[in-house]
Amino acid sequence: MKRIYSVLVENRAGVLSKVAGLFSRRNFNIDSLVVGETNSSDISCMTIVSSGDERTIEQIEKQLNKKLDVIKVKTFEDNESISRELAIMKVKYNRENRRDIMENCEIMKAQIIDMSKNLMMIQICDTPERVSVFIDMLKSVSIVEIARTGTVALTKCNEV
Amino acid sequence: MNGAEAIVKCLEKENVEVVFGYPGVAICPFYEAITKSDIKRVLIRTEQNAAHCASGFARISGKVGVCAVTSGPGATNLITGVATAYADSIPLVCITGQVNSELIGSDVFQEADITGAVESFVKYSYLVRDVNDIPRIIKEAFYIANSGRKGPVLIDIPFDIQNATASKFTYPEEVNMRTYKPTVSGNIVQIKKVIKEIQKAKRPIMCVGGGVHLSGAVEEIREFAKANQIPVVSTMMGIGVMKSEDPLYFGMVGNNGRPYANRALNESDLCLLIGARVADRAVNRPDVLTNNKVMIHIDVDPAEIGKNVGPTIPLVGDIKHIFNDINSKQKEDKDYDKDNEEWLETLGNYKINMTDRLQHADAKYVDPAYFITVLSENMDKDAIYVADVGQNQIWSCAYAKVQDGRFLTSGGMGTMGYSIPAGMGAKISSPDKQVIAVCGDGSFQMSMMELATMKQHGINIKIIVMCNHYLGMVREYQHNTYKDNYSMVELSGEPDLGKLSDAYGIDFFKVTADTNAEESIKKFLADDNAALMEVQVDPMYLVK
Repeated sequence: MKRIYSVLVENRAGVLSKVAGLFSRRNFNIDSLVVGETNSSDISCMTIVSSGDERTIEQIEKQLNKKLDVIKVKTFEDNESISRELAIMKVKYNRENRRDIMENCEIMKAQIIDMSKNLMMIQICDTPERVSVFIDMLKSVSIVEIARTGTVALTKCNEV
Repeated sequence: MNGAEAIVKCLEKENVEVVFGYPGVAICPFYEAITKSDIKRVLIRTEQNAAHCASGFARISGKVGVCAVTSGPGATNLITGVATAYADSIPLVCITGQVNSELIGSDVFQEADITGAVESFVKYSYLVRDVNDIPRIIKEAFYIANSGRKGPVLIDIPFDIQNATASKFTYPEEVNMRTYKPTVSGNIVQIKKVIKEIQKAKRPIMCVGGGVHLSGAVEEIREFAKANQIPVVSTMMGIGVMKSEDPLYFGMVGNNGRPYANRALNESDLCLLIGARVADRAVNRPDVLTNNKVMIHIDVDPAEIGKNVGPTIPLVGDIKHIFNDINSKQKEDKDYDKDNEEWLETLGNYKINMTDRLQHADAKYVDPAYFITVLSENMDKDAIYVADVGQNQIWSCAYAKVQDGRFLTSGGMGTMGYSIPAGMGAKISSPDKQVIAVCGDGSFQMSMMELATMKQHGINIKIIVMCNHYLGMVREYQHNTYKDNYSMVELSGEPDLGKLSDAYGIDFFKVTADTNAEESIKKFLADDNAALMEVQVDPMYLVK
């Protein structure tokens, strides 16, 4: 079972390693983890995607709540939330495939954000699934480098 | 006032009586500042034992145990003691010296990332970066250590911070942490449900753990058990919650426990699990435990509930509070009358039929069961019995009788060498009580350096060394699993314990056979000085 945890933590040195350490120490999976400051500078939001059976999922929430740097834990399933990932990648292009790449970008709403004589940098910001689909689509051309964030997610507006 | 003086002032504000520790340069400003205070200092002989001493002190006094050691190896030596306290939820505040702030991270002499190293063994840790944070941090540390699910808190204080001048000193009146608000009272709806289930149950049982001691709820639990006539079993950490001879008490559960205790637990239709983790040694198949019964799990730590067993009714809160509520609610109900006579009779029969009769070993050795039984009968009623780890621990759990005293041991971590330093801490907390540390010849040699500490500080505990010249617990495992192919378990080259005691100026007693045990025990217990008793046990003796 996949689960998303939105964890508000004190924005202090060492908190990331404490939270990440909890996952490794207790044998919980981390599929992805993203940290960023919130609208108050003393609070960070960690978005953690994890998976496990029901007991594990409950334990993760409880163990996170036990950490003294954790202010609040919200947990939700995929369909209760809107989630996004960002990927940027450099691809090699030539005269023959240039048009194809640009078309693919258009279909998937990806943007070309930098370019040189034989390389272009593409950015896509979408659901984790669509980001993966797009990367798959580009497999036929050579991807030189890729940087991809983990998932950030919030519950849907009507849930509040 | 400098940082070190601020620390001492904070400890005084927390009414700290004693600090266990070992100095080094990085903690010297603190040990200089403390000379101007009435706080007692006990110089142990290795840092691990400072944490064990503080643990023994905390468990008897109900207060936070405090230890202070230096940076680098001092701090890393402390870790096993911290982990031991963490596993048993013992409240400690551990202060470690650290290298100068600007040198942190450059691998200088005696630098260790101790807050990083202890992360998974502490409830919380601090690295002090500003001298003016000291009062807040220490106030928080004591509060965190001794509230909710108790545990060790470590404060790492760089040398320059100890020497820095604090702008002003005000000790906070209260703690305000938005991330930490432990639950104290139990949810009233859940409490009512629990009371209803107890009334319905035909074969109820209570399984009590170390949480009952930590909450100081022994009286409440005894009152509840008596009023409801509910039989009680315990985990290793829950020994002593009930008096051993109480007719409602049916011993320790687990694979090293009493068979009738396990049977009682399995056959019950309602189990109140109170302040217990149900770890693998207590219940090796927790899933089976919940079959066909109402499981009520009461614990201060919500994360324990559902971790090993899925309860029918979870109840989070402080045990003392919860049972005060339950006891007074039940008293309000004048017609309430709980009778479990038939169930108690069944369990009574199990107890009679499943108890091994004491068998005397041959005249060459002392039978551990017999020895500990006789020892228990001759101890003061309020004696503190500290059991070490190994076969000796299993014998102690099975045969030691607790009346108004306490039974201490390292249950969660199973740290060898715990009994002597923990016993010392207990004795410092209660100097008038008889403290008996019972260890094996393996565990004794892990902390025998503390005989000097006992001597130096006049800590007159009684040490019993069950000598079988083997690491018995491992030998037994190798006997069962590897068909007697023994490896690394023979303890030859042991010192002559008589000469050793003599060297430290400690009285020595020796028991070689059952026939002279009782007389020697009486003399040993009557001795006013620190004393050590060697007990010769058959090396081939098995626990099971």
